[in-house]
Amino acid sequence: MYWLKKLMGMLVTLLLVSMLTFTALYLIPGDPAVIILGTEAEPGELELVRAQLGLDQPVTTQYSNWLSGVLQGDFGDSITFSRGYSVTQLVVSALPVTIPLATTAIFFSLLLAIPLGMFAANRKGTKLDSIILTLSQVGLSVPGFWLGILAIQFFAVRLGWFPPGSMPRWSNDPAGAAISLLLPALVLALPRAAILTRIVRTAMLEALGEDYIRTARGKGVSEWAIVSRHALKNALVSISTVAGIQLVQLLAGAIVIEQVFSLPGLGRLILSSVLVRDLPLVQGTVFTGAALILAVNFLLDSTYPLIDPRIRGAA
Amino acid sequence: MGKYWLKGSLLVAVMILITIAGFFYTPYSPNQMDIKHQMESPSSEHLLGTDNFGRDIFSRIMVGGRPAFEAGMLAVFLGLTLGTIWGAAAGYFRGWLEEILMRMADGLYSLPSVLMALLAVTLLGPGQASILVAVSLANIPIFARLTRSLFLSLREREFITAARAIGSSDRRIIFRHILPNCISTLLVQASVSFAAAVLAEASLSYLGLGTQPPDASWGRMLKEAQGFAGMAPWAAIFPGLAIAITVLGFNRLGDGLRDRLDPKNQ
Repeated sequence: MYWLKKLMGMLVTLLLVSMLTFTALYLIPGDPAVIILGTEAEPGELELVRAQLGLDQPVTTQYSNWLSGVLQGDFGDSITFSRGYSVTQLVVSALPVTIPLATTAIFFSLLLAIPLGMFAANRKGTKLDSIILTLSQVGLSVPGFWLGILAIQFFAVRLGWFPPGSMPRWSNDPAGAAISLLLPALVLALPRAAILTRIVRTAMLEALGEDYIRTARGKGVSEWAIVSRHALKNALVSISTVAGIQLVQLLAGAIVIEQVFSLPGLGRLILSSVLVRDLPLVQGTVFTGAALILAVNFLLDSTYPLIDPRIRGAA
Repeated sequence: MGKYWLKGSLLVAVMILITIAGFFYTPYSPNQMDIKHQMESPSSEHLLGTDNFGRDIFSRIMVGGRPAFEAGMLAVFLGLTLGTIWGAAAGYFRGWLEEILMRMADGLYSLPSVLMALLAVTLLGPGQASILVAVSLANIPIFARLTRSLFLSLREREFITAARAIGSSDRRIIFRHILPNCISTLLVQASVSFAAAVLAEASLSYLGLGTQPPDASWGRMLKEAQGFAGMAPWAAIFPGLAIAITVLGFNRLGDGLRDRLDPKNQ
């Protein structure tokens, strides 16, 4: 019941998002037929292209045509820089970049934040604690794309640790593709890790102040077991909430980072489609982006009951 | 901890002063190209060096903060006015009005501001106007949600019941009794939102969606510097530093205010 309700909510939101973007794009000035043929085109030719694209039909018909296409996995065709490609092809080729990028980044973020946050909580009020806190504040104030530009110069160009060029295809050079995602993922992760470190620290401090921790200490449970088994397990609820929000932010942040590292991902596809006003591509990529974000939210919502038995009871 | 907000406001003050000074004086005209002095490293003549067109980077930093501060000021202003009224109406009157207002706020809130900016650019074209629309739309629901949650807890307090009992009007209760109790929390959010807006403007200008050439904005300068960062690293370092100092300043100010205004810390 819990899952079904969440799933329905997600589908309704997705439908609303698609209507919203469709209406927004329908309202904008600029005729797609003119974008395709250029301003010099004959009126007759323009009419023909409009008819081909279905632009001569009322917006409701256009929307229902688009939606029934989407249900069959067809987002229409790109009308500009990649003419001849379908939006679906372009989106499908971009996902193997963006999804591994975002998941690697969230992995790095957790990998940095959980030990640092636990460490800071354990040594609350010491010099090390305040150093970690200061670092986290700097980390969340530094613009990621700046960090990216500097990282490329330093690690890729000067030290040569990473290939500075474009990302190879997974099918041609899987190892090379994975390596070229490492630096962008790390840069994408750092600001999130900075925030997450503070969340972990606060959540750990809260959990360590609970009665059951005192009981465990009284029973003579080792400090390591107290921190890792008792406190961390209970801190995990708020940590996973924030990590989930971050995964969504990462998908949005990927738009900028993909641009910095010239990665052919979904973010870059959205950006270029917006800049050249390729409306079917904008519609398709924004829809896919929204679907990804909602899917992540859905997955998170459905894991809460697994992490926290109290929510299971409420649902 | 007491000096925390002081350090923050010091950083903020320096960047604001530099930006204000830029309205009256810059060492060089910020958009003036000088082919003979391309990509010069920092010197007494060009404090922070020059870019690939020979433009003085310090002068461009002095004017390049304007779009960021504009975005911050508008976002915080609209957040504090529209967002606060929005949340206050929802939190005070409850019922179906709250339901509608908060659904709308949640909807706006769930759209990442980059996506919002991309839609704004599709509609309005690239430029500062699109950035301002996106950054404002991103902040109004944040303030609305915050104000609502504050109102929900405050309206049940005894002094509000007392005010109602002596016949105070809704307007008086909202503006004289509840809102003054929200101000400290809203100010903390204003500081954090300012920092976020500066960062958002910089990112969007970096993507080429905001300030257009030849005008300077910190994000735009970084976009242009990326192409020759290997030959003139200063062109990529200083504008980023300007963004980082401003954002750090406002974040610290927010943290410091939170500690100072929190009665638990006094």
